[in-house]
Amino acid sequence: MGSTLLEKVWDAHTVRKLPNGQTQLFIGLHLIHEVTTPQAFDMLRARGWHVRLPERTIATVDHIVPTRDQRRPFLDVMAEDMFSALERNCRDEGIRLFDMSTGSQGIVHVIGPEMGLTQPGMTIACGDSHTSTHGALGAVAFGIGTSQVRDVLASQCLAMEPMRVRRIMVRGRLARGVYAKDVILEIIRRLGVKGGVGYAYEYAGDTVERLSMDERMTICNMSIEGGARVGYVNPDQVTFDYLRGRRFAPQGDDFEQACRWWRSMASDANASYDDQVDIDATSIRPTVTWGINPGQSVYVDEPLPSPSNAAQPDRAGIDEALSFMGLTAGSRIRGTRIDVAFVGSCTNGRLSDLREAAKVIRGRHVAPHVRALVVPGSQPVRLAAEREGLDRIFIDAGFDWRGAGCSMCLAMNPDKLEGREICASSSNRNFKGRQGSPTGRTLLMSPAMVAAAAVAGEVVDIREFVNGD
Amino acid sequence: MAIEKIQRIEGRGLPLPGDNIDTDRIIPARFLRSITFEGLENHLFEDDRQQLAAAGSTHPVAEKKYAGATVLLVNANFGCGSSREHAPQAIRRYGIRAVVGESYSEIFFGNSVALGMPCVTADHASLAALMQLVEEDPAVQLVVDLEGMRASAGEKHFKIALPSAARESFLEGTWDATGLLLDRFEEVEAVARRLPYVSGTWS
Repeated sequence: MGSTLLEKVWDAHTVRKLPNGQTQLFIGLHLIHEVTTPQAFDMLRARGWHVRLPERTIATVDHIVPTRDQRRPFLDVMAEDMFSALERNCRDEGIRLFDMSTGSQGIVHVIGPEMGLTQPGMTIACGDSHTSTHGALGAVAFGIGTSQVRDVLASQCLAMEPMRVRRIMVRGRLARGVYAKDVILEIIRRLGVKGGVGYAYEYAGDTVERLSMDERMTICNMSIEGGARVGYVNPDQVTFDYLRGRRFAPQGDDFEQACRWWRSMASDANASYDDQVDIDATSIRPTVTWGINPGQSVYVDEPLPSPSNAAQPDRAGIDEALSFMGLTAGSRIRGTRIDVAFVGSCTNGRLSDLREAAKVIRGRHVAPHVRALVVPGSQPVRLAAEREGLDRIFIDAGFDWRGAGCSMCLAMNPDKLEGREICASSSNRNFKGRQGSPTGRTLLMSPAMVAAAAVAGEVVDIREFVNGD
Repeated sequence: MAIEKIQRIEGRGLPLPGDNIDTDRIIPARFLRSITFEGLENHLFEDDRQQLAAAGSTHPVAEKKYAGATVLLVNANFGCGSSREHAPQAIRRYGIRAVVGESYSEIFFGNSVALGMPCVTADHASLAALMQLVEEDPAVQLVVDLEGMRASAGEKHFKIALPSAARESFLEGTWDATGLLLDRFEEVEAVARRLPYVSGTWS
């Protein structure tokens, strides 16, 4: 019997079995940012400890950075405080920090792969639930809390419970207008927002194999929205081609040797899985969330669910969501008027996402009542987009072209919804209040659908929109 | 370092019904704009509380009759979403010492272990009964017993579950893992040396 990637990586990083039965797992790459770490450094200091292997931790600043004016000191005093604390902690402990002056700053889950820090076969931890993104390159990557950040800083290890593996086989060609975002929203809708608890999701099948690295990241990114702390794709030629030549990837002869090791860490053909789910990719249509968790979605041309037709345990949830969203059971999401359009985030803030959005808006203009912004996932994404002239396309269409950061995905900076505004968003969470206004409303969709909604001023079906060219 | 053994939590209950209550709702992101966890308890469920108040209703966390509760009662997938430890920190600082629920997100569960706040599970019917008992009599004494693995409300008893590793960590007082992880650092270094991406030796 063969092994899964998860089992191989787990075994290679196991230090020992702890007395309580947990595994002491070595963490190969620790990523940190300004929000979930200052308290961890304080805890470390309180115990008189230092960072044990500072070269294995990499820092950046993303959550609180303003995207309009990034000059220091930030006008926002709290944001400046948090950034300064990170700078001080990194300096004191010898941790490398990629801030704005480096040209490599960005959302932690965008810059890790971009710099080649993220590699197959690694264990990666970060105080952020979307760390599952890095699984797209065949790493075992997961989010942790601040006390666990302290543990990694102090010992480069975590005490972990074993995980089961569910293979999600996605087969068939995606229809025109259907993107990786629609695939993961479909998976979450089918398996539920807690269906993945206790599991790592292995995404496989010909559909996944054909996806680019950016698209695989979109899928792995939202594993956590389905309850799975870890999501990964087995490393293959797409992975190796992506990594070749990147700054922290092995260079020269080492690269070929590394490919051999990386390939050996992929799941064996005869590996056994705790569960398997099959998804027919050909039947997926452009998807939009209508509710207050990422499992509450419909195809854009499908009616919204009605509590009276739902299974008993789901009724209260549907009722609450429809009422918060101000939507009517049985109506269509298409035609819902939007106030804000947001392209960005660790889910869909990469160059290919910006290209897809730009394709839709080229030669068109944002509807007069819509506030639209594009926030590149990193400084290099922004620069690459500008080299292609994407910034001009966005600006000419009436979008704001911003600096890199998390921005309106969670609104810890000045980019926020106001009142009950509705936002067409390429981000990952539609929770109540997520985008900065307690009563603000989020519709999750692909970047192309966000761009189309920005132009139409309402949710549209990208397939018809493009046809209308 | 010596850590408190957690075997039994007693006190009054706080029922908080609803599935999929995410950490953005427990503590909205704007309250994470700080370099400490201090004062988070003042903003626990801030937006939910205000919206209910505006609608003429009261959130359980703001209900006077539940003030001073130490056992939180929740439904399924509690603490999903963001990994922010601020969520269990806010709950713990509010005065909660244990949570009884149908299920939790893994990250929330792990964060709570690290704070010494057990999150035990019970089935849907038990939670419904526990919540009803507390709603009817907020003064009823709840006991979460990690040795006997049961939760009690007065004379009524309910079976609870907790993964064995977490249970042992509480009972033995080893739930703060850092010391344990540092115990044999030479073994950590040995693992690091064997990993090609750490050692830089690919062939």
